[in-house]
Amino acid sequence: MSYGHARLDRMFAALRQEGRGGLGIFVTAGDPDRETGQKILAGLPSAGADMIEFGMPFSDPMADGPSIQASSLRALKAGATLASTLDMLRTFRAGDADTPVVLMGYYNPIYSYGVEAFLDEAIAAGADGLIVVDLPPEEDAELCLPARAKNLPFVRLTTPTTHDGRLPAVLVNTAGFVYYVSITGITGTQTVPRDLAAAAVKRLKNHTDLPVAVGFGIKTPEDVRAIASVADAAIVGSAVVERIRDSLDAEGQATVATVDGVLSFVGELAAGVRGGRV
Amino acid sequence: MSTALNTYRNGPDEGGHFGIFGGRFVAETLMPLVLEVEKAYTAAKQDSAFIDEFEYYKQHYIGRPSPLFLAARLSAHYGGAKLYLKRDELNHTGAHKINNVMGQALLARRMGKTKIIAETGAGQHGVATATACALFGMECEVYMGAEDVRRQKPNVDRMRLLGATVVPVTSGSGTLKDAMNEALRTWVAKAETHFYIIGTVAGPHPYPAMVRDFQSVIGEELRWQLEEFEGPGRLPDTLIACIGGGSNAMGLFHPFLDDESVEIIGVEAAGHGLDSGAHAASLTGGRPGVLHGNRTYLLQDDDGQIAEAHSISAGLDYPGIGPEHAWLHESGRVRYESATDTEALEAFALCSRLEGIIPALEPSHALAYAGKILPDLPPDHIVVMNMCGRGDKDLEAVLPRLEDMGLLAP
Ligand SMILES: Cc1ncc(COP(=O)(O)O)c(C=O)c1O
Repeated sequence: MSYGHARLDRMFAALRQEGRGGLGIFVTAGDPDRETGQKILAGLPSAGADMIEFGMPFSDPMADGPSIQASSLRALKAGATLASTLDMLRTFRAGDADTPVVLMGYYNPIYSYGVEAFLDEAIAAGADGLIVVDLPPEEDAELCLPARAKNLPFVRLTTPTTHDGRLPAVLVNTAGFVYYVSITGITGTQTVPRDLAAAAVKRLKNHTDLPVAVGFGIKTPEDVRAIASVADAAIVGSAVVERIRDSLDAEGQATVATVDGVLSFVGELAAGVRGGRV
Repeated sequence: MSTALNTYRNGPDEGGHFGIFGGRFVAETLMPLVLEVEKAYTAAKQDSAFIDEFEYYKQHYIGRPSPLFLAARLSAHYGGAKLYLKRDELNHTGAHKINNVMGQALLARRMGKTKIIAETGAGQHGVATATACALFGMECEVYMGAEDVRRQKPNVDRMRLLGATVVPVTSGSGTLKDAMNEALRTWVAKAETHFYIIGTVAGPHPYPAMVRDFQSVIGEELRWQLEEFEGPGRLPDTLIACIGGGSNAMGLFHPFLDDESVEIIGVEAAGHGLDSGAHAASLTGGRPGVLHGNRTYLLQDDDGQIAEAHSISAGLDYPGIGPEHAWLHESGRVRYESATDTEALEAFALCSRLEGIIPALEPSHALAYAGKILPDLPPDHIVVMNMCGRGDKDLEAVLPRLEDMGLLAP
């Protein structure tokens, strides 16, 4: 079985060969419902996503703005659980052996599930990494080190407030890639100017050989083009789940337009990274 | 922390842990800030200039020490033991919350921060924060659940009068948990310029310990005040306080944790009853989890999704509890009980009629539980309850209920 660093490493190597940055797409597992979510997930690679951040829904997403909060609540309302998220990943993997999937969320559902059981099942389901927002390096013993022991990358967030003195501690147990949160804020708010992102990526590269992906506040094909030209990947979340929201009927249910609407938007975003580095 | 305990008072450890509880479960954006607050607080609490300044405002602005009062008519009503009230409802702004706010506001000022954010449930912490901000000329933004904005309107009006911006939060059940989420989100966005004054013994380290330290004045005063009434060396036999996040309780309890003879009881809100599912008793009805920066007991479903709490008291309507309480619960040092909405309403009315003290709904829960144990205790047994807030803010919500219950004078 291929997991751990392998799929992520292969993807970043391929991107380097193509001379372009990658596109990471965030969707919440089970948004707006499990069946529709599974179709969206299955369609993301051919729509142009190089990597998927698969959101594990949580009732109290403290680092997320209104769009991803709503996405999480839609999924929970439709019955999503951590077990069903892993199940969706397993189903996806049966049809896609190559696209890296990083599970992204908050610690409490994982803690409640049991760290060992979660890690074993995530690996078996085909996860390639974990991003857990509320586990800073100060809490590495909780999940980061156990994940590392099982060779599952723990992808760390670094932010504009992570000063140079702190970076080594933040990076030390990070694997797979480094996720640069380009804004001081929650998801889906401001957009980051390209030169600021470029400077931040450069700063990180002085401290690590890992690829650097940039996310938070990236919304349009133009944003993606700009960011992917200075980072190893650009990650889009809020703008994607907003497409889901906009496609729902008055009762909040998926419509015939939901899957295609999201995937065609991802196609537009992907066009932003296929032009090569500027 | 050492497992061979000879003190309950030396927590937390360096990482902010009380046993397995506490910690610093926050997004990386906040982590440097949280470390900065810790560093500043560690320096401040050893600096006599800071200590003196805090003392000054406690005495001349808050009006400390708050009196200790023998509630003779309540004691006689229940029969049995003597009930004393530690009257923190007489503090400026009407609750214990100002003790902590003054400490944190002075710390913020020391750190050069002039913009403050806060969450509030009952609005008492929001009012206290708005008050300190007015006093020190700071900008103040208070996050408050939309449901609480409705049921604690007088406090919303006070905050606005004091110059604070009140931001109603509509996510979730529109109560304290949601207000705290939104305050944390705002802090993430404004981390570099704003100081977050947390209103209870929760949040990431150092907040639970810092808030406890600022509130411990309650228990420290009680120690000498009770001696004035009862003679040298006389300790209380039982301490009782209500628990939302647990700051008034921790302030009363902490100085007595190592006095073995003192029985200590925290009272959570049982809402419609512990079996109803609609309550806010996280120790009785919850299990360990991670939320709002710390590991503690939480009301949650099987999947680790946080449940909505219920209490008639906005200040207790929270699905968690401070991590030190979770630890004191597991270690058995403190016993945690609960009182329902109805029991609290009865105590609210009773205290008003018998003592001329209109209590807040929060301490009414503590009084309701005190009323259950007092009759069976001997006359020389001393119970001290923290009267941590006054009830003016609650009248609008409470009066129709008391009318229905036939507890109002005609
Ligand atoms: C009067 C009063 N008591 C108690 C509380 C609950 O908080 P804590 O448990 O931190 O004392 C509040 C909170 O708003 C309050 O206003």
